[in-house]
Order: sequence, then C-alpha cells, then structure tokens
Amino acid sequence: MNKKTLFESLQQQGITRRGFMKYCTALTSLMALPPSMIPMVANALETAKRPSVIWLSFQECTGCAESLLRSHSPTVEGLIFDHISLDYQHTLQVAAGDAAEHAREQAMKEHHGKYLVVVDGSIPLADPGYSTIAGISNLDMLNETIEGAAAVVAVGTCSAFGGLPQAAPNPTGAVSVSSLVKDKPVINVPGCPPIPTVITGVLAHYLTFGSIPELDNLGRPKVFYGQSIHDRCYRRPFYDKGLFAETFDDEGAKKGWCLYRLGCKGPMTYNACATLKWNQQTSWPVESGHGCLGCSEPNFWDAGSFYKALSIPDGDYAKAAGYAVAAGVAVGAAAGFANQKNKANAVSQHTKVTVDDFGENKDK
Amino acid sequence: MELFSNANDFLLWVRGDAFNIALGLFIIGVLVRILEIFLLGRKKDFSEARGTQWGPGLRNIVSRSVVDNGTFKRAPFVVVVGYIWHICFFIVLFLFIPHIELINALLGIQWPGLASQLVDAATVVAMVSLVAMLWHRLTHPVLKFLSTYEDYVVWFVTFLPLLTGYMAFHRMIDPYPLALGLHILSVELLMVIFPFTKLMHAFTLFIARWYTGAMMGRKGIVS
Ligand code: SF4
Ligand code: SF4
Repeated sequence: MNKKTLFESLQQQGITRRGFMKYCTALTSLMALPPSMIPMVANALETAKRPSVIWLSFQECTGCAESLLRSHSPTVEGLIFDHISLDYQHTLQVAAGDAAEHAREQAMKEHHGKYLVVVDGSIPLADPGYSTIAGISNLDMLNETIEGAAAVVAVGTCSAFGGLPQAAPNPTGAVSVSSLVKDKPVINVPGCPPIPTVITGVLAHYLTFGSIPELDNLGRPKVFYGQSIHDRCYRRPFYDKGLFAETFDDEGAKKGWCLYRLGCKGPMTYNACATLKWNQQTSWPVESGHGCLGCSEPNFWDAGSFYKALSIPDGDYAKAAGYAVAAGVAVGAAAGFANQKNKANAVSQHTKVTVDDFGENKDK
Repeated sequence: MELFSNANDFLLWVRGDAFNIALGLFIIGVLVRILEIFLLGRKKDFSEARGTQWGPGLRNIVSRSVVDNGTFKRAPFVVVVGYIWHICFFIVLFLFIPHIELINALLGIQWPGLASQLVDAATVVAMVSLVAMLWHRLTHPVLKFLSTYEDYVVWFVTFLPLLTGYMAFHRMIDPYPLALGLHILSVELLMVIFPFTKLMHAFTLFIARWYTGAMMGRKGIVS
C-alpha cells in the first residue's frame, strides 16, 4: 500500500507549500482548534502516513457513501479523502468477489492494530441471511474485521444508532455498531446522511493526532455534535420573538421565520448543519425552508411526525382521551350513585337522640 | 439507566405512552370528582324564588375575583402574591408557543403567543412567588399549623414543571431531550395528582362561585 506521507502526495499533485498551509488552516478551524494549533497540524500532516481504511457497508442505502463522494476537490474533504488509503469499499472498488475480500484481508494483516474500520449501515441479528457480502454475514464480517482495528467509525445514523432498518417494527432485528463492538473505541458520526465535512473532519482528526476526538454521551465527536441545531440556527431570533411560519408558503415562511410550528426538531438535534452547512456550504435544510428532522439522533424515525411541533405528544392521545372520558363518566356515575345511596341510607337509618341517651339511663 | 437506552428513548416514552396514561388519569379523575359533586344533587327548595339564579351565579364567578377590602387588609401578602403567581402562571401556561401548539393539537383551538423572553420573565416571577408563598406558609404560625402534608406535595408538583421548563428552555440540562423529557414528565406528574388534591380548585371554583351566586340570586340578595 501507499507509504507516502500526506504532504508528499499533495506535492505530487502540484500543491504548493502555501496551498498546503491554507489547507492546514482550514482543517484546523474545521476541527474547531485555535489558530495557534496550525503549525502543529501542519507538522503532523507532513509526517503522517496515510492510514489504511476498511469501509464495511451493511444494511444501508449508500446515501452516506454518496454524501462523502459529494465532497469536491480541492475542498478539505476531497483532499483528505484522496489521502487516506481506502483499501476496501465494495461500492467503489474495482475488484469484486474473492479479489475484493482478499484486499480486505491483506489490509488487515499488513496494518494490524493500526487500520480504521468505517461502517455504514446497521447489522441484522434476526437472521444473518438478511444481509451478506461474499456469503459472509454482516455480523461475522464486522467481528472479523474489527479484530485488528485501531478504532471503528460508525458513519450514518443506521450504523451509529440503528437508523431506518431499526425503526419499528424492525423486521431484520437491526442493531447499531456500538451495541456490538465493546472492546474498541467507536466513534459515532450520525446523520441521514452525515455532512461530508464531518465525516472527513473525524478522519482528519485521527490522521492528525492519531487519536480519537472527544465524544459526547452518544459517542459523537463534540466538535461537530456539541451544539444543537437550534442553538446555532439563524432563524433563532424569530423563535425568541415568537414569530413562526404556520404553513410552508405563508407570509412568515417567506420572511424566513422560525419553523418550530411546522415540526422543526432543531431544539433536540445535535449536529453541525447550521454552521458547516451542506453542498459546499451553499445552504442547509432549515435555510432552504424545511424543519430539521432530527436525523443525527437515535430513534428519529420513530419520534412522531416530521411535521408536528416537538411539544406535541406523538401517541394516540385522542384515543386515550376517548377511553378516559368513557371510563371517567362510568366511574363518576357509579361513585355518584353510590354516594346518593349512602346519603339515603344515612338519612333512613338516622336515629334520633332522645333523653334516654343521656345521664343515668345511658347504660340501661 | 437501563430502562431507556438513551435520552431520546426517554423523551419518546414521555411523549408517547406516559402522556397517554397521564392524560387518561387526569380526565378520569376530573370527571369523577365533578360528577360526584353534581350527582349528589340539591335538596328541593320549596321557598318562593325572589330572583333568578343563572345571572347572579355567572356574575359571581367573575366578581369574586375582585379582592374585597376586608380580605386584603387581613392578608395582603396572600392576595398580592397570589395574584402575581396566578397571572404569571397563566402567561407561562397559555402564551408560550410550544404550549399553544400542544393545546391546539389536543383541543383544536389556538391563539397568538408571546415572545419567549417575556414568558421566561413570567416563569421567573412565578417561581419566586411560589417560593415566597412557601416561605410564608412555613413562617406564619397559624398557616403552618393548618398546613397538611398535601399542601407541600401540591406546592412541589406545581413548582417542578416551572423549574424543569425553565431549565429546559435555558438548556441547563444536557442533552436537551433529557431536559425536555423531564419537563414533560413533571407536567404528567402534575396531571395525575391534580384531580385528587386541592389543585381541583381550578375546576371546582367555578361550581362553588356559581352556586353561591345562584343561591343569593334566588334569595334576592345582590352578590
Ligand atoms: S427553525 Fe428550528 S432550529 Fe431554527 S430556531 Fe426554529 S425551531 Fe430552532
Ligand atoms: S437539519 Fe437536521 S435533519 Fe437536516 S441534515 Fe441537519 S440534522 Fe439532519
């Protein structure tokens, strides 16, 4: 495999020192590091060997890989992606069948203990037959491949949290990577799909520091998932002022007011869309007029309608209320009549106090 | 927390099954209590009516909200803080946009809301007035003597939704789904306890005031 450092291969592509430093600056800010770290990042990259990456695709839609491929050279994502050694990715590689599997095994042997495993898609546990590659079940391939891995990157919500395959009724018994991999560091990079810059940013961090970034309690790198969409949303002033769009084409929508009432899940969603944006920073979902779906959060498919405000319960509350009214009327009527009977009984059994109840006559 | 695999799971349960259970118990409880009152009935009044009942009854519902001088002189603190508390509480409950959305989903009615900073300020005032009332209860010897266990429970379950709502709004609990989940759960607790405690006054006050007004109206007394 390629033993050149990242800097060397950049040089080979005709990228100047100046271009390289510019790239390091972008990378440093992408990883949310202070500018004083730029020389360190540059130094790390000058000497970094291209790490071997094995990419496993399980129950997925290829959307995550597509997202990554949308990264355009010479953007950060393009450069980074050109400069890791992607040794196995069955959608992209030329080899197929045995030859492909051979490439994977070879990379595992050569870089034992050092390679990164990227997984997109969930793993079916109900029946291994639901998803196999070269006759190997997803579970077996995962276990076998992570054995010598330095870390596992779960790209996309399916592999990070189970995603769409795991949504009720979860016919394949789909589970996330982190529920299976316990003895290796797992970095969750959720999103449906994740922002390409975030995928490459995580890889860049590993490339630069040889370590995994700081993670939140759902295993997501804090640099990218540390703040909610709502906290960084440019429509937030409208939320605070109480100005909301009520349909997708009313005056409020045209004026760019907050989309909360149209079901925006930004307040509960941690992702970098509002800052990094999509498609080469052209725009992002909320900017183009649609509420956030909460795609980087666990269970987002099962969290009720995308078009209902977050404060609205998502169970069948009308049915619950209907039963409750019926039960309440029945129990209330029963209690009311029981009370009436009690009252009537009390009245009829009421014995009058006579003089005999007092004094000397009392105990006779 | 093995019951829920993550904060979103918790929020889902709170917004789903837990809400249905709380709503169900709330409706059943309130209906039972109100039906019990109505079904107990009134004794037939054989005296000749000197006036009507409905008009004075309805008027009394409103007019009793005006503080009379005697009450104010006897307990100025309770009157003033009581008023501040109820007004701020209603602002928070009925004029915060996410709450209006909830009411709209449940009842199909809606009205304009307030800017969230104003609701935020009302929340703070409401919490401060609740604390002041608790302090008053604990320091006033007669009030303290009269207070039961229930009074403190009711204070607590009323205070919790304000506190958790304030914390969720200001994102003082991390992650947000946990904050929102706790807020909704605290409201569900309030809903379940509501029908079986003095909180029922929110409904029974109308019955009681109407009844007083109607009785007086019938007797020809201006209420
Ligand atoms: S559009 Fe969504 S994320 Fe933006 S302020 Fe409104 S609710 Fe928050
Ligand atoms: S705005 Fe929300 S739903 Fe859309 S991509 Fe970003 S996190 Fe996912």
